[in-house]
Amino acid sequence: MSEFMQVLISGLATGSIYALAAIGFTLLWQASQTINFAQGEFVMLQAFFVLIGMHVLGLALLPAIALALVVSVVLLGMVFKRVIIQPMLPHGVLPIVMATIGLAILMREMVKEFYSAEAQPFPSMFSESTFNVLGATVSYQDVGNLIVSAIAIVALQLFLGRTRTGRCMQATAQNPAVAEILGVNIQRMVLYTFMINAALATIASVLISPIYLAKFSIGEPIGLVAFLAAIVGGFNQVRGALAGGLLIGVIDNMSAAYLSSEYRIAGPMILLIVIILLRPQGLLGTSEGRTV
Amino acid sequence: MIRNFALAALVAAGLGATAASAETIKLGNVAELSGSGATVGKAWTDAITMGVEEINAAGGVLGNQLELSSYDSQTDAQTSRALVQKAIDDGAFLILGTVYSGSTIVNMLVTQQQGIPQIVGSEAPAITQKGNPFIFRSSFGAHKSMPKIADYLKNGLGVSKVAVSWVNNEFGKGGHDAFVKEVTDRGIEVVADVSSEVAQADFAADVAKLKGSGAEAIFVYLHEEESARILRELNKQGVDVPIVGETTLLNQKVVELAGEAANGIMGHVGLTVDAPNPEIQEFGKRFSEKYGYKADHNAMKGYVAIYAAKTAIERAGELDRQKVADTLHSMTVKVSEVPNILLDVSWDETGEVSRESFLVEIQDGKSVVKDTLPAN
Repeated sequence: MSEFMQVLISGLATGSIYALAAIGFTLLWQASQTINFAQGEFVMLQAFFVLIGMHVLGLALLPAIALALVVSVVLLGMVFKRVIIQPMLPHGVLPIVMATIGLAILMREMVKEFYSAEAQPFPSMFSESTFNVLGATVSYQDVGNLIVSAIAIVALQLFLGRTRTGRCMQATAQNPAVAEILGVNIQRMVLYTFMINAALATIASVLISPIYLAKFSIGEPIGLVAFLAAIVGGFNQVRGALAGGLLIGVIDNMSAAYLSSEYRIAGPMILLIVIILLRPQGLLGTSEGRTV
Repeated sequence: MIRNFALAALVAAGLGATAASAETIKLGNVAELSGSGATVGKAWTDAITMGVEEINAAGGVLGNQLELSSYDSQTDAQTSRALVQKAIDDGAFLILGTVYSGSTIVNMLVTQQQGIPQIVGSEAPAITQKGNPFIFRSSFGAHKSMPKIADYLKNGLGVSKVAVSWVNNEFGKGGHDAFVKEVTDRGIEVVADVSSEVAQADFAADVAKLKGSGAEAIFVYLHEEESARILRELNKQGVDVPIVGETTLLNQKVVELAGEAANGIMGHVGLTVDAPNPEIQEFGKRFSEKYGYKADHNAMKGYVAIYAAKTAIERAGELDRQKVADTLHSMTVKVSEVPNILLDVSWDETGEVSRESFLVEIQDGKSVVKDTLPAN
């Protein structure tokens, strides 16, 4: 029982981080039909922004994270949208897919070239001490990860549902033509979405890097899992990506613990196939209309 | 004009190559310079590079300068095989590397077929058990180190139940099998046997299984980065039984990556720069002055490999690959004769090494040598 609880809690904690990256996927898809295959590398790169802030500029952890957040929103939000996505958007989904795959390779190789191919230790924002719940040892780090992810997701939902800008973003996602007629600045709304995605990637990076270590190649598995989570949960729903992320995190850990660690990736893959067969729109996805 | 220029360049390059080969002994170093083994391959290569520079500065080998070319295997077995062939095509007299056993098992066939001596940093027992007359290690095979660890578990820690976490590749399987055999022979029960994948990032489930097994000690046999991740996770889940490892677990890079989670781990180390021997300390000092980081056992393996190559060529007395391989078999080198060999060392007929080794504990982020164990 305690082992089950242990695996469940660890699964939820990592799952919540996957959810952040998965939500970014759904946001970009909703706003601009962009499937960002560099999503995992976005998460990977932020860790190096933080490390540069700490080791090159000599900042403490929190200011370095703040700096990484700003750099990320500018570079991976605004510049990414303006320079890569915007010129390609009129040509359909496929050129964007190719461009983001290319961008992912570029990011990996740049980190390898300029930082090093070796893993780097990454400091945790939370204490690594532990406490007991129902026989399971829970670390403050796991709880902290869950809470920060939850706050980020709730704040995002409130922003989208309760603010004028958020509603304009929803309108843009649902029907760009009508939204434009009603006076919504569509390009600006899409830009906001990209900036939010970059911010979410920074949060995911800061939470996951202490566990996974900062390394150029770590984006690949994160990107894959986030993509799976977004599809399983429903590509057109933020809450779907959240559910997908948590589910994949738990199933990944459960299959490693109770089936075999050699087949751990098989668990989420089987889930993916079952979902695609039985509910192609995803667990919480809707088959018509799009909402942010 | 352009054609003439190109022709001139070609002729010049050709002349250059001929002139160089008359005065140099080419060495091909195939190592893990990127991919999951980058930490390992970099240390190995840096130490070899340093060794080559020292040897050349001191007049070379048999009056010839050494010319080192390093090739990046990308921690991939097939790539390493192709690069060993490329190094041979480039005229390598002798091959150094690879370090990852999974690569060595594949690429050592190339050197065997072509009769090129190869000195590797790999530890899977199978490498020296295949009757390959051209393969040599510069560090122990796992079957040499595991008896020492099993003795320590039984006599030092008084353990009767142990859990083992190992990486599912050639290195991990070789070590795992040797470990399980040695502990079982000594009456210790293996209560959890958890394998993981190379480059695995998430160890939460693995640790939950190890923790729930009721083991009195946990033996970890993973590569460096995965070792750091599992140590962090063991710490996170509050595991308080002794954590014991072999060489890689106690590597400086693991200690650096795992931070506080590395304190208190213990294990057997074939080579450590913290050993009390003056030659090793001197090497450690020169290495960290040159490269700005602390030498680990992989660096020492590389350094021993290049000096083993130098000594074998000198003792063979001529640049004959077969003679060098024959010399390396049953070669014994003493520190009193070659200080840079770091520890007295012998090679047997299979290419396996014997020498002293160390029992180490990590205290406050530093590895502290607790005991020196005799050669077996």
